[in-house]
Amino acid sequence: MTALTKTPADETLRERFRWAVADCWTIVLRGLTHYIRQPSNIAWQLGFPIVSVLLFGYVFGSAMSVPGGGDYREFLMPGMFGMTMAMGFMNTSYVVVYDSTRGVTDRFRSMPMAPSAVVTGRGVGDLIAATVDLTVLALTALAIGWRSSGGVLGTLAAFGLLLLLRFSLIWLGVLLGLLVPNEEAAGSLFALAFPFAMISSAFVAPSLMPDWLGTIAMWNPVSATVTASRELFGNPAAVGDTWVEQNALLMAVIWPIVLTAIFLPLAVRRYQHLSR
Amino acid sequence: MTENAILAAGIRKNYGEKRALDGFDLAVPKGAVYGLLGPNGAGKTTAVRILTTLVRLDGGRAEVAGIDVATRPRQVRRRIGLAGQHAALDEVLTGRQNLRMFGRLYHLGKKRAAARADELLERFDLVEAADKGVKEYSGGMRRRLDLAASMILAPDILFLDEPTTGLDPRGRNEVWEAVRALVAQGTTVLLTTQYLDEADQLADHIAVLDRGRVIADDTPDALKRLIGGDRIEVVVRDPATLPATAAVVARVASTEPHIDETAARVHAPVTDRVAALTEVARTLQDDGIAVEDIGLRRPTLDEVFLRLTGHTADEEEKKKA
Ligand SMILES: Nc1ncnc2c1ncn2[C@@H]1O[C@H](COP(=O)(O)OP(=O)(O)O)[C@@H](O)[C@H]1O
Ligand SMILES: [Mg+2]
Repeated sequence: MTALTKTPADETLRERFRWAVADCWTIVLRGLTHYIRQPSNIAWQLGFPIVSVLLFGYVFGSAMSVPGGGDYREFLMPGMFGMTMAMGFMNTSYVVVYDSTRGVTDRFRSMPMAPSAVVTGRGVGDLIAATVDLTVLALTALAIGWRSSGGVLGTLAAFGLLLLLRFSLIWLGVLLGLLVPNEEAAGSLFALAFPFAMISSAFVAPSLMPDWLGTIAMWNPVSATVTASRELFGNPAAVGDTWVEQNALLMAVIWPIVLTAIFLPLAVRRYQHLSR
Repeated sequence: MTENAILAAGIRKNYGEKRALDGFDLAVPKGAVYGLLGPNGAGKTTAVRILTTLVRLDGGRAEVAGIDVATRPRQVRRRIGLAGQHAALDEVLTGRQNLRMFGRLYHLGKKRAAARADELLERFDLVEAADKGVKEYSGGMRRRLDLAASMILAPDILFLDEPTTGLDPRGRNEVWEAVRALVAQGTTVLLTTQYLDEADQLADHIAVLDRGRVIADDTPDALKRLIGGDRIEVVVRDPATLPATAAVVARVASTEPHIDETAARVHAPVTDRVAALTEVARTLQDDGIAVEDIGLRRPTLDEVFLRLTGHTADEEEKKKA
């Protein structure tokens, strides 16, 4: 009755890789099943960005101006996209803490599955969810008159940069999910995510903020991604003449690499710390 | 020489200053059902987590199915099942979806994972609830599903950490039955518990754990003999009749009866349970001694500890607080 799996000795590197991919996919499917089984979550997940677009676009939109001219709603939309990507790591944290408090993580760790799949599955699943989020946001934006004049390539590149930001923050999400004790604490990560998204060029040009705040906002990774995608979409970008603002495209690639370089090893270390 | 399914030699594990395991030794032969008995904080969970590759040991050696836990954890994981102290399930998914997901992660392939899920749902009497979300399951149902998940591979060795803690009597019975069915198939089981009763019901060997160390390791019968086994207990209406009652009890008891004045109670260890009870009840009635309550009582974990260590499990807790 133990013949259900084959003996481990004859597992080649290639088979290991195949299983790592298969296990990753199983975890992705699990994440997607969660969406299907909790329709109210889908509504919340998709409803929040739509409501935000309408709220910011119409309530603030009429009162705001863009330095250097341009339509505020055109300016706002890439900011909304960036904000959603920047705050997405909270979802990652939530699932990670959910699994560890319920012992699911331990069950995974006691099984002969590929250890990497827990994280890679999370990452791929989150990117799929983020892509859906972005699509809904973009459709809403189109409906209220936002347009990209950046051509197909420019537009895709802009969305690519936005997803890259989300991707680089997965590791931060995993790390925080492993650090916080329970789901309530994961919810309070909002206090971190909100300023992170807001103190940036997402809604207001940093040049309009008090000096010190403007400097922080300029250097915020979210600003780099948002400004770069504005340029690629051909939307008004309102960039100042500081180096970091002038090189938003470069920074929108560098920041995610830096964030990954910092938080991926920390998250892996913390994961290994579970067996301390 | 019989081969050991589980072998632990001098395992040490510290959490900061706290010694969770302090020279933990255990040898579980193939096919045995071992109960690891100990109060809260004795180190049961730590022992299980080390043996199931979840936590690294600081010293000593551990082998499961003849494989070193520290150096070849992946191979160990193919041979074990674990049901931890809390049911480890995805509450959003249904019971069936949980089992299928774990089956695929055990590399059974899609079809076999589905077939295995159906088999286990049947075996653990969860067919009706199979397509409900685990959120809606009762405690007993969760435990059974958790057990089912730990057996997807039909493991050689199964670890159950306090499988019935927090369950009502009905849930407890459900789990006990599931464990018995497994044992009948020859699976080696290591189960931890805080209840002597549970170890007695399920295990053919009991190791008593105290402060990270095994302080007794024997069959349930031998252990009960060691600690005095069952006791007869009589509560009388009139404390003045206590000495007379003690004299009656002494005739069937294996040691001098204890008299508890404040509770108007006499108790003593007995060997032939039923005979002792009938004898004492009849004699007391004949002698006209009014009895509030009379019965047989299994020794509690506290009494086991008092006998084995000279301190109760409770005192330990209080010292900590
Ligand atoms: N992760 C941990 N960090 C710090 N102390 C721990 C940890 N796990 C267990 N302990 C301590 O180790 C001792 C044994 O705990 P445990 O193995 O959970 O006992 P049991 O399962 O018998 O109740 C306890 O004193 C507990 O406080
Ligand atoms: Mg425990």
